[in-house]
Amino acid sequence: MSDTAAQYAKPLPEPSAVSAPFWEGLKAGELRLQRCAACSRYVFYPRSVCPHCLSDRLEWQTVSGRGRVYSYTIVRRAMNPAFAQEVPYIFAIVELEEGPRVTTNLVNCAPEGARVDMPVKAAYDSVTSEIALLKFEPE
Amino acid sequence: MTLKRAAAITGIGEMKPTRSPDGKSTLGIWTDVARHAILDAGLSIGDIDGLLIGQPITEQAQMWPSILGEYLGIHPKYGNVVDLGGASAAGMVWRAAAAIQSGLANAVLCVTGEASDVETFYAPRARRSAQQLPYREFEVPYGPMGVNSGYALIAARHMHEYGTTSRQLAKIAVHQRTNACANPDALFYGKPLTIDDVLASPLVVDPLHLLEIVRPCTGGAALVVVSPELAKESGNQPVWLLGAGESSRGMMLSQMDSITTSPITQAAPTAFKMAGVSHNDVDLISVYDCYTITVLVTLEDAGFCVKGKGGPFVEEHGFTWRGDMPLNTHGGQLSFGQPGLAGGMSHVTEAVRQLQQRAGDRQVADCEVAFVNGNGGIMSEQVSLLLAVE
Repeated sequence: MSDTAAQYAKPLPEPSAVSAPFWEGLKAGELRLQRCAACSRYVFYPRSVCPHCLSDRLEWQTVSGRGRVYSYTIVRRAMNPAFAQEVPYIFAIVELEEGPRVTTNLVNCAPEGARVDMPVKAAYDSVTSEIALLKFEPE
Repeated sequence: MTLKRAAAITGIGEMKPTRSPDGKSTLGIWTDVARHAILDAGLSIGDIDGLLIGQPITEQAQMWPSILGEYLGIHPKYGNVVDLGGASAAGMVWRAAAAIQSGLANAVLCVTGEASDVETFYAPRARRSAQQLPYREFEVPYGPMGVNSGYALIAARHMHEYGTTSRQLAKIAVHQRTNACANPDALFYGKPLTIDDVLASPLVVDPLHLLEIVRPCTGGAALVVVSPELAKESGNQPVWLLGAGESSRGMMLSQMDSITTSPITQAAPTAFKMAGVSHNDVDLISVYDCYTITVLVTLEDAGFCVKGKGGPFVEEHGFTWRGDMPLNTHGGQLSFGQPGLAGGMSHVTEAVRQLQQRAGDRQVADCEVAFVNGNGGIMSEQVSLLLAVE
């Protein structure tokens, strides 16, 4: 599925200094989340302060990559033409075992096969040589 | 601190929505609806000393109050862009009242609307400098369909948690369409709808069908909020602000504790408490309806029914202008049209019309108290209002 950056027409994330470890992790095939050293809670998306307690002591941890589908929809019409060839595709929110929820796509899953609460695991999609997106597939 | 009876709406102006701009500009639409609202209130241009404007969705500029103020010849002492998405219009009403109560202004003109159509609305917008905003980094790469996919996620989760059905949701669209068929200004006037029509329309973002999704269009609306002194001089019956409440949460659904419960659970009780009225006192419900699910969640979270029971509640009640629970009697945005933020203002203007007994064929009998709710983003920004005559 890997395209060169020139061929990949969909929007790409532009990692920041704060989020770079997250994107580096995906490239290496693992899911890294921030965890607050003050209140012990996991944090997603990457931030410079903990949204639970305002501490700036956030440390990176590699986590399981397992979770459950919190909700999903099947997108049948592309708003961005770059997604026109993908429809129908599954746009979803997954709740990670560690607590945070992430916006994602379900892959290796027929649209009709998706269910709320379905167990899923991370699938790292290297869409360019620089960027891997965090997607999920049925466990 | 209360805003109860601190100010009243005395004038409204609203353009009949059209599918496309037909040569109109956003500034031209604003000018037209503003003029009508000022004249309707019985005021002259020199009386307007406050100006609140809603950011057009498809047209970005800075200093809108200066642009419109200059064009109309208004020199406001108080001016702002109110940036609460679909809740902007309801948010303007209490902001205007607060400015009036504090002595900053006596007559605040509130303006929304834009020249747009489906194509312009859904066209990819030019990237600006804020590329590293979190939703661009962590949501957009996965292909959301604007906010449609967000409301679809809410509907799917609501169905999972509470057993809500597409048939229940479809009834909301159908009853609102019945209302639109009594409103010649509605975009879908003269086009009645059945539940089966809604369910037979194409799925766009499961579980939402095409006829459960609002249609972007061209239009505009304005209203004038005035001090009690000016209200008494108006030829129109003043529509008093009895209560207001506002509550917001973030942009991204992934960051919300629950996507099936909205901040209306904070905004609505605040408004009811300030107003000192109960749900049984409400004669008209005029609430934001970008999608069918929005109305159902609003009815639950505003306390008209028990949380999770919105589906059966919808089955049991009639929401047409002659039903037991008149709701969105102008057709709602689903059937009236969504001209940018003027879609949100249409819920306020319709409440004013009904309360002033000038809603024509769709007039609700004995309409004295209205509950209005504005909703921005993906059920993020919420503003609840209670409005009343006498």
